[in-house]
Amino acid sequence: MSKSIVIKGGTVINRNSQEIVDVKIENDFVTEVGKNLKGDIQLDASGCIVSSGFVDLHAHLREPGKEEAETIETGSRAGALGGYTALVAMPNTDPPQDSVAVIDFVREQGKRAGLVDVVPSGCITLGRQGESLAPMAELANAGVTLFTDDGNGVQDAALMRRALEYAKGLGITLAQHCEVAELTKGAVMNECSCCTDLGLPGWPAIAEELMVFRDIELVRITGASMHFLHLSTMRSVDLVRAAKRDGLPITAEVTPHHLSLTQELLASYNPVFKVNPPLRSIEDIQALKAGLLDGTIDAIATDHAPHPRRDKEMSLDLAPPGMLGLETALGVVLAEGGCEIRDVVALMSWNPAKIARIDAEHGRDVVAGVKANLCVFDPQLTWSVDPERLASKSINTPYVGRTLRGRVRHTIFKGTTTVIDGQAQR
Amino acid sequence: MKHLRSIDELGLEGLTGLLQLTDHMAEINQRPVPKVPALRGRTVASLFFEDSTRTRLSFETAAKRLSADTLTFNVSTSSVNKGESLRDTVATITDMGVDAFVVRHKSVGIPWQISQWTSASIINAGDGAHQHPTQALVDCYTIREATHAQNFSGMKIAIVGDIKHSRVARSNIQAFTLLGANVVLVAPPTLLPPDVSHWPVTVSHKLDEIIDKVDVLYMLRLQSERMAQGHVPTLREYSEQYGLTQKRVLALKSDAIVMHPGPMNRGVEMQIDPSDVKNSLIHRQVANGVSVRMAVLFELLGSGSSLGGQA
Repeated sequence: MSKSIVIKGGTVINRNSQEIVDVKIENDFVTEVGKNLKGDIQLDASGCIVSSGFVDLHAHLREPGKEEAETIETGSRAGALGGYTALVAMPNTDPPQDSVAVIDFVREQGKRAGLVDVVPSGCITLGRQGESLAPMAELANAGVTLFTDDGNGVQDAALMRRALEYAKGLGITLAQHCEVAELTKGAVMNECSCCTDLGLPGWPAIAEELMVFRDIELVRITGASMHFLHLSTMRSVDLVRAAKRDGLPITAEVTPHHLSLTQELLASYNPVFKVNPPLRSIEDIQALKAGLLDGTIDAIATDHAPHPRRDKEMSLDLAPPGMLGLETALGVVLAEGGCEIRDVVALMSWNPAKIARIDAEHGRDVVAGVKANLCVFDPQLTWSVDPERLASKSINTPYVGRTLRGRVRHTIFKGTTTVIDGQAQR
Repeated sequence: MKHLRSIDELGLEGLTGLLQLTDHMAEINQRPVPKVPALRGRTVASLFFEDSTRTRLSFETAAKRLSADTLTFNVSTSSVNKGESLRDTVATITDMGVDAFVVRHKSVGIPWQISQWTSASIINAGDGAHQHPTQALVDCYTIREATHAQNFSGMKIAIVGDIKHSRVARSNIQAFTLLGANVVLVAPPTLLPPDVSHWPVTVSHKLDEIIDKVDVLYMLRLQSERMAQGHVPTLREYSEQYGLTQKRVLALKSDAIVMHPGPMNRGVEMQIDPSDVKNSLIHRQVANGVSVRMAVLFELLGSGSSLGGQA
């Protein structure tokens, strides 16, 4: 029998309660929640929040294929340090996650690392090429519940319709990267006054909104469930709000960077700020925050996208888009997200666990009997990011020089401490 | 001044200072032996990742007239083609002892990125559709020379053509308006950037509506690939709407100036031979290119040395 752990003196946030109590963990499970608990290992949580572990719907772990940027192990460690106990692995690997063999490999590598649950997503189309459907039934039988061609939107409306119809029969969710590719050829940043000055090709908001609109209407006629990845514009939020009002089975996420960084940063000519969809305007940020508050946006997802240093030292037009997110998400959201701590737990744990359909073990209330996937964080601690000290294999964080508020102190994954006092345990 | 990367960074004071310094350089260029020892011992490296005739040659001529040594980096025979990164290339050349890089690259922002990787001065000779500050200096100097105006207040300058993809336009808009000119951009909406409302300019889509009102008509080159990208339906249609025709030359004010940064697309934006235009300054633009670039090199590298003496 393994040693028991007691988390002492933290404020436990559950859906219908919030109180200062101790949490006892034995053999992978929470066994007791109450006052004055004793255990073999005591983790101090005074001044901290204790919640279910975070679930990231959107992590690029780069393995297989781009291990120079990240591996499933290093990405998992970054996730644990960010308070995550589950990461949905995006399928734009090489080879892509469009076969059971690759799905099994990713899941097994996740188990070998043993730091978070690595939940592989599957491709909607073979090779993410947008031409023919991936074997979604086979992948669903292998346990995949979320499908996406992330990095690409499915351009062909007829194919997307078929995919949604097929998905409905399988009871799975399709997640769309909304980008009408014809409108974003060569695009480097948001289409705005700033891209006018810089002479950079713009990525107009409408390229996202057209696909959001198209897919909402496809959901309306197919009845399949749909998740929108990394929404970034004001009108996307409006479209999703209206669709939800109509009762459509739609969910949506935003990233911490789209809540905190604006297009003007590209005037530094630093490719670390190049991301897809691009950083937008302050008005878009305000609309995304309003969407968080009124429930239009269900989840905050990182779109953690590691790139090796040499790739981000290329010119703005050639450098690949994407930025790190796992280790900074909480600190960014608490500093700049404009929502209550309880909302943050809902957006980063409860809701995404449900969307990824892993809510049997993740995103549960912290009560006796649940699997011990927990996060303990100090919501007031301010800190600044040192890219060289991140656990991620890459350093492309856009938050150098910014002060974040809120930091993970302990993470417990399946009853085991993966992070104690901000230090990864392995 | 450490770098010259954009007109914005230069500011009005820097701009007028360089124009005044160019007068001295023009004087040197009039001498029987147009060469001074001002930058003896300094090394200027040309780093051209894009084709260029006049800019590269005028920088090299300028450097030599100031007695600087020059290195020319030829992309087609360089290690870039063996996959060497830009950072490594810059570091390698820096190690050879270079005082300034003259950089042209198709990508926006390269001069700023490079300046993080070297202690040498950076001169932007064109980055993507962003900036080409020495061309703007040449154009301001050329207008000043022709009009004898110390500033451009009250002057109406039309920039005609592919503003959207033009670094010359972006630098000139900044420079002309800094000097007080009223700038009007003339282009179909497809060749304008997405939002120019914050620029201190007016916009017209019809050349014929403004042609008889301008003091300077600045024609931009239209690249033929713009047609394939759907920015204009045909070159014929474009040149009818926005090209300089004989009829339009006649509509110009008698003392209006015509300019073009080159290379010209004859039969597209220039439907006539520029020598047919009485007040064409196109050859002066090229001639002044050397003097302006001498001024830039001397300003960045010449601290402590004088312009006197014989090389």
